[in-house]
Amino acid sequence: MTDFTDEQIQRYSRHIILPEVGGKGQKKLRQAKVLIIGAGGLGSPAALYLTAAGIGTLGLVDGDVVDLSNLQRQVLHTTDRIGAPKVESGRQLLEALNPDVNLVLYPEHVGAPNILDLLADYDLVLDGSDNFSTRFLVNDACYFAKKTLISGSIFRFEGQLLTIKPHAGYPCYRCLYPEPPPAGLVPNCQEAGVLGVLAGTIGILQANEAIKEILGIGESLARHLLLYDALDMSFRKVARPKDPACPLCGTSPTITTIQDTLVSCSLQTQP
Amino acid sequence: MITVRIPTPLRTVTGGQSEVQVEGSTVSEMIEKLAEVHPGIKERLYDERGEVRRFINIYVNEEDIRFLTGKDTPLKDGDEVSIVPAIAGGG
Repeated sequence: MTDFTDEQIQRYSRHIILPEVGGKGQKKLRQAKVLIIGAGGLGSPAALYLTAAGIGTLGLVDGDVVDLSNLQRQVLHTTDRIGAPKVESGRQLLEALNPDVNLVLYPEHVGAPNILDLLADYDLVLDGSDNFSTRFLVNDACYFAKKTLISGSIFRFEGQLLTIKPHAGYPCYRCLYPEPPPAGLVPNCQEAGVLGVLAGTIGILQANEAIKEILGIGESLARHLLLYDALDMSFRKVARPKDPACPLCGTSPTITTIQDTLVSCSLQTQP
Repeated sequence: MITVRIPTPLRTVTGGQSEVQVEGSTVSEMIEKLAEVHPGIKERLYDERGEVRRFINIYVNEEDIRFLTGKDTPLKDGDEVSIVPAIAGGG
């Protein structure tokens, strides 16, 4: 505790008072390095709560600029910052919230050429991306780089959440979904519509699971998929076994390098 | 009766219903019965080889049928089946 200032002890007092966190846990949070992919609907609330929680280093990756249609759910951004790079817009709010956090900004799009470099300095990754190509790429890269990944995704009124750590013997994303859908079969663009609050719900749950992984408390979502339905107001957990036939982390893998998977966007309302 | 939970993208073929009741002693039989009432659903679930698409999971209660006996997984009265496609939104 001695290396926290009085001000920091006060700032994190509601954490420190929890036996599950304490000064020791708060120190773990300060030592943690978390990379958030996407400063959008999921990344915004996750970044806000992780910053508030005193995560030591927070990386934010996003190559887009703020658009008026983002503001219905992307709470890092504000009307006066339309047109600004999202990571820069995010920085303004996050720095004002907690100057203790070392923010690292990556105003770039994620792809096979840069993903491993992006991950290299981090312990834990949050995927808040908006397309299948990036999700499969991030899963594969985290597998090769042995990084824990907290994956959240949203569609209309439904959300999915899972913790991925195959390096610790747990299933990967491809154990759950071996391949992305072929182009045109699943709507995966923001134009399909999403309840703004849903992004907050799932993004905050990603931050929750990240903090649990860092502190090593509670039950990890590494063996389950959490399904949330905002209309039914139901949370369900289904089993997510490790697949011995997984093309990435199975016994005879067919994916051995990082590659971009091309999946185009479509507005057709089919799975 | 089996209760089947229908994901949002498939509700276009179930007339907006999020849950439907259907008979069936295995998953494939249940899907056949479902397709009689809701034409089009089979094509959404199966690929051209008649296998469940690789980005869609079917759960009997809380277990993924790929880790049971696939489409032959037996069903009994009162079981709950969930159809869960991968979703990618986040932006």
